[in-house]
Amino acid sequence: MDTVEKIVEDFASDIAMSPFSSGTRLRDMIRAIRACKTAAEERAVVRRECAAIRAAISENEPELRHRNMAKLMFIHMLGYPTHFGQMECLKLIAAAGFPEKRVGYLGLMLLLDERQEVLMLVTNSLKQDLNHSNQFIVGLALCALGNICSAEMARDLAPEVERLMRSREVNTKKKAALCSIRIVRKVPDLAENFMALATSLLKEKHHGVLISVIQLCTELCKANKDALEYLRKNCIEGLVRILRDVSNSSYAPEYDVAGISDPFLHIRVLKLMRILGQGDADCSEYMNDILAQVATKTESNKNAGNAILYECVQTIMGIEATSGLRVLAINILGRFLLNRDNNIRYVALNMLMRAITVDAQAVQRHRTTILECVKDADASIRKRALELVFLLVNDTNVKPLTKELVDYLDVADPDYKGDLTARICSIVEKFSQEKLWYLDQMFKVLSLAGNHVKDDVWHALIVVLSNASELQGYSVRSLYRALQAYGEQGSLVRVAVWCIGEYGEMLVNNVGMLEGEEPITVTESNAVDAAEVALNRSSRFPSTSERIKQIVAHNKENIALELQQRSIEFSSIMQRHQSIRSSLLERMPVLDEASYLVKRAATTQATISSEKPAPAVTPGGLKLPNGVAKPTAAPLADLLDLNSDVAPATTAASTTTAPSFFLQDLLGIGGTNSSMAGVPSSASTDILMDLLSIGSSPSQSGPLAPNFSPPGQAETKPVPAIPEAIDLLGSLSSSSSLSAETKPVPAIPQAMDLLDGLSSATSVSGLNNTAHPSITAFQSATLKITFDFKKQPGNPRETTIHATFTNLTSSTLTDFIFQAAVPKFVQLRLDPASGNTVPASGNGSVTQGLNVTNNQHGQKPLAMRIRMSYKVNGEDGLEQGQVSNFPSGL
Amino acid sequence: MIHFALLISRQGKVRLTKWYTPYPQKQRSKVIKEVSTLILARGPKLCNFVDWQGCRVVYKRYASLYFCMCIDPADNELETLQIIHHFVEILDRYFGNVCELDLIFNFHKAYFILDEILIAGELQESNKKAVLRLVTAQDSLVEAAKEEASSLSKIIAQATK
Repeated sequence: MDTVEKIVEDFASDIAMSPFSSGTRLRDMIRAIRACKTAAEERAVVRRECAAIRAAISENEPELRHRNMAKLMFIHMLGYPTHFGQMECLKLIAAAGFPEKRVGYLGLMLLLDERQEVLMLVTNSLKQDLNHSNQFIVGLALCALGNICSAEMARDLAPEVERLMRSREVNTKKKAALCSIRIVRKVPDLAENFMALATSLLKEKHHGVLISVIQLCTELCKANKDALEYLRKNCIEGLVRILRDVSNSSYAPEYDVAGISDPFLHIRVLKLMRILGQGDADCSEYMNDILAQVATKTESNKNAGNAILYECVQTIMGIEATSGLRVLAINILGRFLLNRDNNIRYVALNMLMRAITVDAQAVQRHRTTILECVKDADASIRKRALELVFLLVNDTNVKPLTKELVDYLDVADPDYKGDLTARICSIVEKFSQEKLWYLDQMFKVLSLAGNHVKDDVWHALIVVLSNASELQGYSVRSLYRALQAYGEQGSLVRVAVWCIGEYGEMLVNNVGMLEGEEPITVTESNAVDAAEVALNRSSRFPSTSERIKQIVAHNKENIALELQQRSIEFSSIMQRHQSIRSSLLERMPVLDEASYLVKRAATTQATISSEKPAPAVTPGGLKLPNGVAKPTAAPLADLLDLNSDVAPATTAASTTTAPSFFLQDLLGIGGTNSSMAGVPSSASTDILMDLLSIGSSPSQSGPLAPNFSPPGQAETKPVPAIPEAIDLLGSLSSSSSLSAETKPVPAIPQAMDLLDGLSSATSVSGLNNTAHPSITAFQSATLKITFDFKKQPGNPRETTIHATFTNLTSSTLTDFIFQAAVPKFVQLRLDPASGNTVPASGNGSVTQGLNVTNNQHGQKPLAMRIRMSYKVNGEDGLEQGQVSNFPSGL
Repeated sequence: MIHFALLISRQGKVRLTKWYTPYPQKQRSKVIKEVSTLILARGPKLCNFVDWQGCRVVYKRYASLYFCMCIDPADNELETLQIIHHFVEILDRYFGNVCELDLIFNFHKAYFILDEILIAGELQESNKKAVLRLVTAQDSLVEAAKEEASSLSKIIAQATK
């Protein structure tokens, strides 16, 4: 009750106040703000205060100025804009009195940063204050200059600061030294002016001055090579003396921290010694004794002592120390590593990472302890340890280390699995000496953390598998077994399904008639793949084809659009094209490992420099037999074009029509596929698809095409006869199972057209029931965004939206970012976009998946706010919009 | 060097911010948000260091307040912890058993003390008493100026009567 009354009281007094006297005291304002129950109340109080302060500013009342400034600082800390008070800082600084200046400088440091032009206006006042007779005013000016000065101010005021370093006051001297650090950071050329002065100040006794000057020396060494040489010659003796004095000094209450005299000074000296001793044997020798003394004599039961030891070890590792000293340092680290204090272990791991370049052997000795740290409960320690393990791995210890890591993967935290998996995969890829071991480890990782495995990792695995003919049988069996136990791991399912599809007969021959169970073990999300696998099967295991027909028939009515479509396609293949089926479903050719690696390297580069326009493709680049998937509506014509390049064979046109239609369909090149074209950076996710070169448009595979020689099949043969023309495409059909996930769903009407009238009327109505029409979510002069929808079967709340961004202008949009916001009752997850560059004139597009869960499905319709930012011709662009035309029922 | 120092309450309220590396005003609030969520989420027995955007944040909790300092990865984390403690001890001596309320109502005093400990993100003074002496000397300067002003206004008031 009290607080409520107080608020009311505050309110009343605030209203009663005349707008021209910002009457409340600082204390009262803080109290009023703290009494606010809601953010809205707080905003109201702040708004009132700000209004009063603005009024006072325009009235120009000097008496209230510094109280208002204090209020503004508090308001600023709460995160409200206070730019209108910036000029007040300057006025306060220009005032004569100390209280005004003190608050003014504080405001200057808090409300402004060095980028603001207002700051330049203060240079003159600063100059006057640096020359003031009162040391505290000089101190205020030095402090402000040291914390926020810009390069221009540094140049203007460096002579003043230099002069103040010679002052008799220790307070001024140390502040001037620290201020010079900022000056040297801003203008490294000025380092020369300070080096002689800094060296002479090392003779001081006052610790504050010493600490400041030693830090200045450290900064000078970083800024300027000459300064480094100069300090090596002139201050090493002084430093050794300072360190000896402070470490031998008797108890001094002023500097004592847990029984150690001034640990800060210790550490600063050790740090400078490291810089001076690095790569300089003479300097290093000079320090050896005192370093050994500090390393052995410092107590390590308190944080202060450990901080010194830590710095000392770093210095020993950094300089050209004797081997005895190095052993001492490594032993200290070993002790740190066994310490129960997490902080100490953390710094030990950190230090070992740097020590590994100096003495890898010594670090290897601590391997078991480090591995323990990988399993620590503390994420910071785990991260350090994992990085260290990664550095520790070599050819001899890779197997036990990987085993440990993989074993741990099973019990690791879910949020940690991603990191760990990435590390294990890169270790396994980097150090695999034999394929069997590599495959085994990869299968384990896929089983335990398949959901965290990156796409390129399992793509690489498939390439290896495809090349390792002697291990395919083993692999397919291992994967089959893994699949039964870990069916929920996405990447595992993908790899396993691919393998089973390709090498299924090896599974059957060795293990017996297990194949009937296979489609059942596959999770629903991958049923698309399963259906395709099943199709593959039917050509090779005639005995089970009846059963597969059933599955396909069953799936025809499936709720998932893509699955349904594929099923229909397959059934048509099975029913109508018995004659060509076996060649259509032939096993995939072996993937070219070398070109894959080249390509993988190239795509990583391409994503880095994705701004580069793709070079135009020469017709020669299209000699790929799989290059049919050009983004045109008539692939057949293309196919023939391609053929005619090699040998004219136009007579085949009429007879090949039917099969090529559904082939086109099978490959998913409806109208939407053209939207995939011309997105160079999408290559990373679609790499496998690229590899198979289906759906690869000229611009997509353009830069890479010369490196990529397709699997040797039907290359330059003239293609007059039908069976061979199909053969040419034969390799494509099986690959579509892999590309299915990365490809957009073809728009329904087109799919229907392309089905060549094969589908029955019932399936048409089935489609209409479950599917939602695509919408144009946004259209402006620059951008067009379309949404395609897909529903998760059995979960009406969830919708997968496939967004396609098309650029309508004639200049390329780079750095394209799409953001979306939804009401509270909706959950939204954005998948990564296929790229960040939208090519000009609708010449290709970027796609992105959105996953929306409407928690009030059926009660409230979906709505979304979207924002697109991009750069066009080097200028930033931003567009926003609201999508309210979602089809009903989402 | 220390890039910035932050004081946040357990509820995530900012009690002090000091920037030694220029972060534009807009980015500052983002940094504060990121760092505070990172730190407030950590359990009590974990180590006092977190990696954040290529830098390292050293933090320590004293009662309801988290003291955070962001340093370069090459800096000495244990020493930074000691600097935080140094600051806290000086605050404690200045306010006499410092609590969060002291730092809320006298936030400017906390800034004045910090300015005597750090400049340009580097340590200025390792002697606690020296820091206290400097701060109190300046405080008394302010008091003297205030008294002078009030006595002056009294004289004026009397003269105009």
